[in-house]
Amino acid sequence: MDVNPTTEFVLHLADNALILGQRNAEWCGHGPVLEQDIAISNISLDLIGQARSFYQYAAELQGNGATEDSLAYLRNERQFRNCLLVEQPKGDWATTTLRQFFFSTYQQLLFQQLLSHSDERIAAIAEKTLKEVNYHVRWSSEWVIRLGDGTAESHRRLEQAIQDLWLFTGELFTSTHYEIESGVDVALLRSNWEEKIRSNFEEASAEMPTNVFARTGGKTGLHSEHLGFMLAELQYLQRSFPGCEW
Amino acid sequence: MVDTTQAVYEILSRIADPEIPVLTILDLGIVRNVEVKDQEVIVTITSTYTGCPAMDMIATQIRMELAAAGYSSVRIEQSIRPAWTTDWMSEAGKEKLKEYGIAPPDKRFTIPEDGVACPRCGSNNTRLVSEFGSTACKALYQCRDCQEPFDFFKCH
Repeated sequence: MDVNPTTEFVLHLADNALILGQRNAEWCGHGPVLEQDIAISNISLDLIGQARSFYQYAAELQGNGATEDSLAYLRNERQFRNCLLVEQPKGDWATTTLRQFFFSTYQQLLFQQLLSHSDERIAAIAEKTLKEVNYHVRWSSEWVIRLGDGTAESHRRLEQAIQDLWLFTGELFTSTHYEIESGVDVALLRSNWEEKIRSNFEEASAEMPTNVFARTGGKTGLHSEHLGFMLAELQYLQRSFPGCEW
Repeated sequence: MVDTTQAVYEILSRIADPEIPVLTILDLGIVRNVEVKDQEVIVTITSTYTGCPAMDMIATQIRMELAAAGYSSVRIEQSIRPAWTTDWMSEAGKEKLKEYGIAPPDKRFTIPEDGVACPRCGSNNTRLVSEFGSTACKALYQCRDCQEPFDFFKCH
């Protein structure tokens, strides 16, 4: 894919938001209790709103008739630039809330950095969405503590979720060429991110993993098997009935 | 020109938010600018939350109302910066929210655990039920005195 680095970076931000938004939406109607069903669906909606803002901008940058819809619905798996963390299956409630906590904490730090980005549109979207991300961090961090300090079963599930997801967190801080060329240094965010996770885990009586192995690839289009299935569902209608509106 | 702008604002002041119909879009503070240029009316709006599903409907309503009033050339623009804040909600709007049964945003806190005044009985003996309510902009509370469950418009 021969695209300009800023366009690719904006697509990466959009894809992260869309894929996690879609994943979280799988809980709609299946949440553990009504209030939390509504909470996770709201977060899903915020993420899809974020994705739209970034796709609209990416479409303008790309030109050639691209639209927010063509970018979301008509690109193939290898063209998606989202990190592996967001495409992992929703798992149980511990997996979903822990992933949200990992991701929202990362987004919070990243968007704080982007507030002073030289591209005004990126900075403006970061400013707008940061207010929502702050809610996501707050909600998900409280769930991690509640599960960690809850029952033996909830604690076990949280520990399992940490085991399952930790290896996908390193990719968040592994720079790609398009981030570097867009003037963004994600590696700088790592120590602050780990500090926030550590202090939350302490409160949740959970172990901070020491494993440093990281699976990477999603940000450059090499995805896990889960993304294809999700795109099949997400894109089905536009692929089968091109241009369909209702 | 000034007269046209005022006339447009007059029309906008009658358009209700689709999700909280007691508020007009002016009460909510989402109309950022009205400009008339060469017979074209340009209305700039901003979303409360990025994923607010009401935005497309609001834009359509603005077009329809202005068309009904005879404005044939209308352009709707969306701005994202500065980001919308509940500080832009009118005082009249906050009063209307309260009468409607939604606790209005309060600058002192974002999502407090307790203490939000119950819109039904006025008691501060209330508790947070969920940080996310029926729409992105609200959180769910319950009054411990009158037992009424109610929405609180989050300070944003």
